[in-house]
Amino acid sequence: MYPSRFRYEAPRSLDEALDFLRVYGDEAKVLAGGQSLIPLIKLRFASIELVVDINNIPGLDYHRQESDGSLSFGALCRHVDLEHSELLRRSQPTMAAAAPLIADPIVRNRGTLVGSLCHADPQGDWASVMMALGGEIIAAGPGGRRTIPVSDFIMGPFQNALRPGEIAVEARVPAPKGAVSGNYLKLERRVGDFATVGVAVALETSGSTVSRAGIALTGVGPSNIQATAAEQALVGSALNANSIQQAGRLAAEAAQPKTDHRGSAEYKRHVVETFVTRALGSRGAVAA
Amino acid sequence: MAQALDEIKIGGLGSSRKRVEDDRFLRGVGNYTDDFKLTGMLHMEILRSPVAHARIKSINTAKAWQIPGVHLVLTGEMAAQHNLAWMPTLSYDTQPVLATDKVRYQGQEIACVVADDPYIAKDGCEAIEVEYEPLPAIVSPQQAVAADAPLIRDDKEGQNDNICYRWEVGDREGTERAFAQADMVSSLSLHYPRSHPSPIECCGSIADYNPATTKLTVYMTTQAPHIIRTAVALVAELPEHMIRIISPDIGGGFGNKVPVYPGYVASILCSILLARPVKWIEDKSGNLISTHYARDMYIRGELALRKDGKILATRIHADTDNGSSFSDAQPSKFKIGLFHSAFGCYDIPYGYQTAQGHYTNKAPGGVAYRCSFRITEAMFFQERMIHAAADDLGMDQAQFRRVNLVKDDQFPYRTPFGFLLDSGQYEKCLDVGLDAIGYDEFLREKEQARSRGRRLGIGISTMSEPLGAGNSREYDILGIKMFDAAELRVHPSGKAILKIGAKTQGQGHETTFAQIVTHELGIPAADILVEHGDTDHTPFGMGTYASRSTPVAGAATAMVSRKIRAKARKLAAHLLEVSEEDVEWELGRFYVRGAHDRGVTIQDCSMAAYTNMPDGLEPGLENNAYYDPPNLTWPFAAYIVTVEVDPETGVWDVLRMVAVDDCGVRINPMIVEGQIMGGMTEAYAMANMQFMTYDAEGNCVGSNYMDYLLPTAWETPGFELHEVVTASPHHPIGAKGVGECACVGGPAAFVNAVLNAIDDTGVRNIDMPLLPDRVWEAIQYKHDISGAPPVKTG
Repeated sequence: MYPSRFRYEAPRSLDEALDFLRVYGDEAKVLAGGQSLIPLIKLRFASIELVVDINNIPGLDYHRQESDGSLSFGALCRHVDLEHSELLRRSQPTMAAAAPLIADPIVRNRGTLVGSLCHADPQGDWASVMMALGGEIIAAGPGGRRTIPVSDFIMGPFQNALRPGEIAVEARVPAPKGAVSGNYLKLERRVGDFATVGVAVALETSGSTVSRAGIALTGVGPSNIQATAAEQALVGSALNANSIQQAGRLAAEAAQPKTDHRGSAEYKRHVVETFVTRALGSRGAVAA
Repeated sequence: MAQALDEIKIGGLGSSRKRVEDDRFLRGVGNYTDDFKLTGMLHMEILRSPVAHARIKSINTAKAWQIPGVHLVLTGEMAAQHNLAWMPTLSYDTQPVLATDKVRYQGQEIACVVADDPYIAKDGCEAIEVEYEPLPAIVSPQQAVAADAPLIRDDKEGQNDNICYRWEVGDREGTERAFAQADMVSSLSLHYPRSHPSPIECCGSIADYNPATTKLTVYMTTQAPHIIRTAVALVAELPEHMIRIISPDIGGGFGNKVPVYPGYVASILCSILLARPVKWIEDKSGNLISTHYARDMYIRGELALRKDGKILATRIHADTDNGSSFSDAQPSKFKIGLFHSAFGCYDIPYGYQTAQGHYTNKAPGGVAYRCSFRITEAMFFQERMIHAAADDLGMDQAQFRRVNLVKDDQFPYRTPFGFLLDSGQYEKCLDVGLDAIGYDEFLREKEQARSRGRRLGIGISTMSEPLGAGNSREYDILGIKMFDAAELRVHPSGKAILKIGAKTQGQGHETTFAQIVTHELGIPAADILVEHGDTDHTPFGMGTYASRSTPVAGAATAMVSRKIRAKARKLAAHLLEVSEEDVEWELGRFYVRGAHDRGVTIQDCSMAAYTNMPDGLEPGLENNAYYDPPNLTWPFAAYIVTVEVDPETGVWDVLRMVAVDDCGVRINPMIVEGQIMGGMTEAYAMANMQFMTYDAEGNCVGSNYMDYLLPTAWETPGFELHEVVTASPHHPIGAKGVGECACVGGPAAFVNAVLNAIDDTGVRNIDMPLLPDRVWEAIQYKHDISGAPPVKTG
């Protein structure tokens, strides 16, 4: 596993990093946790002129609740930070459930939430979680900062909406308007495997009425899939056996699985339905 | 009174002394092949074939030669000039070192680049242009025998089909008579999927040919350094005394590091051509796709049964997928290893087996992955067949085994295939296991759970395997008889060095072999250094695999210790001024018969051997022993697993796993338990997640650890270990092999448990691995699941 020759820079400020990106354009790649980029380089699947290591840039490793109640996650916030986050345990059950299911403990020590979203692997767990939560990406570039909804940010397999010269510096989850509950269920053959099927569920309720529902699916399509019909079936009424069953069925219809060595398309669709039903059921959704 | 030594305290037999190897491994100061850096050393990388079956039209190396820092680009054509384009396998076939005519599997070695560093060498490999003319790929025995199948081994004169061997053993007529008399016949077909031993350390070598001395030194990852030396001498036509193989610390072998690989041979040739040391270290994908696989066997068999549950005869046919070369690492007399050990632990009068081997466009191999020559497949089929037959008879799983297991008073027991089981208490092992798991209670619990929609299951696997080849009458590899040797030298101060021909890859020989000497001589284990792995400094041995180290090299160690003791007795008599007949032995000490206080220690004797020897006695205290075992050792195991299956997802969780192992006398119980837990982890992996397969074009699915799954501590269940001890009657210290038992016998216990949990569906078989989707499909459609999981289609 010996990569081709590449240049390596480790800038100490965001401006310096953006300067490198401006010069090198598409030939540069940003290194945060490196859990996808380094294997790609070592396998010589990606040939890169310049690696811009942002790990020396101070002030990017945070995750916090902003004054408006939203949650923000810096570009160097690691999966392991989220796995052990008291804040998430208290306020964001879907993310708290997903964090310990990301890859394996070694990957979680290095890998980052924002980096994982940028990599846009269709089997990545965080994109589903963020879609279900209506999350956003903050990109910094030569023209300043802009906000991109995660559902627009993920453009396809391994494709994100960053423009040349931009760095994703933060991920955000908007402030909830009701009581929060949710879960992330993942079927994997082994710890560290990609999801055979992953299901993210995020609910907001006022009283017993569901005011917002987010359901997104991992591993059952060319990209993470937002199950909008299933979401809509839940909004505006209380959760009951009928609506749960209907949401499960609609989510399974939204899935576009393919048969592979992780299972048949039929099986994966069935697990989507089972998991959505379980995640919405009385013992499935964890309240914040 | 002289105080008797406490054998456990000084690290003798039965002492769970800590492994002396661990200190250096845990501190990160072990010395693996890749840790050695020789002056002037260059680095070799291998270009591998991206396609499974193709004629090579051309290889253009011009661009690679032009890269600064590249010293040599070696092709098959160049290797052929040194008669090294092909090499012999361990099963009397041939295998290419570097392809000349065709490529026959994905990952096959095409060319090597030697450069100043491995990065440049890899750049060089990328710069080589190879033109392929694609041929249809054959990826199963069924395809290999199809009428229109292309001939894979068109290099072999007289080879007109894709069959590489045919084999039969047993009493065909007697078996047919028994089947004719049977009340019923139970049958089963299954596939044991292709797996890979996948040691964490990949293969590698540093070849150092010195043109001034003409000596070739090779540091390499081999489980069998002495056989390698002889093989290199014969293949490369070099004088054997000028070849030194050094096998340093090894990061796991599991059978993968028994064969000779093209990379080793190429690094040696490159070193000779360049007169510089050449290092080759394989990467993980290279290891997974090109080095020897294991299993990949299609088995169908039948049992002739009497209504009362007595088995009258077995009949089995096996089709093996041997890849592009017949290169099983196995004794030369047997074409499918010791597969005929199947059903050995049951008292069955008749048996007949046939087998056929097939060339396919897959990596060659058939190594015994943590297994003594195809025993894993034999025991897996045995215990799956026993499970199915008990169900067919409507008999309890434990009771059916009890009826048929060889009884204690039948030993030594001759099987219909000629094996001689040395000893055992089979029913007792089964009973210990049933008690531990709470068998009857679990069956009740299972029924109650079923009525509430939960699916619990229990699976049993009982088996005895022949470990510790040879004897020399029946067992040889490439003609070299399967004995082993040990040399023991006791220094004047009573400290000692033991040199053995076996070679640890993690089994702890440096710890346990000292304990054997301690048991025989009373020298504390901490005072004994064990040396191995360097052919210039250790006696000949066949190496460490097939659980043969303790049965053979361990026996040689006991025997050489006894020779030392015999000489020490003469020295003791001299020191005590009595005749030798009046000298008695107790651990670590000789004394005068009738006067226990008048004695000398083994250390007193060793000092005398160099300072005060009697007239006429040769000075010094050292000796050697070659041990040719009279029989194999026959450990027995009863493994019992309980599971819960989630019928909605097919996910199954292990509730409990009980292992009862009778491996005779345990030298170091802690290490034995570690071996059982490691083996059981691999058994769980096979049953639950692990497989290597190929798509229709011959692309290997399993070329990395995202596709080829090794279980981690997170999902591996806990194991509850129990023991029964039946000493081997013919081994000097009563020990038997154990390193492989759990890996061999374990998989069937897991599979049987899952099938038991869904026994109301009529499903008779799910081929491994029992991935959730396969279990769900079996439940959903109430049908068997056969073959490897589907490969990527999207």
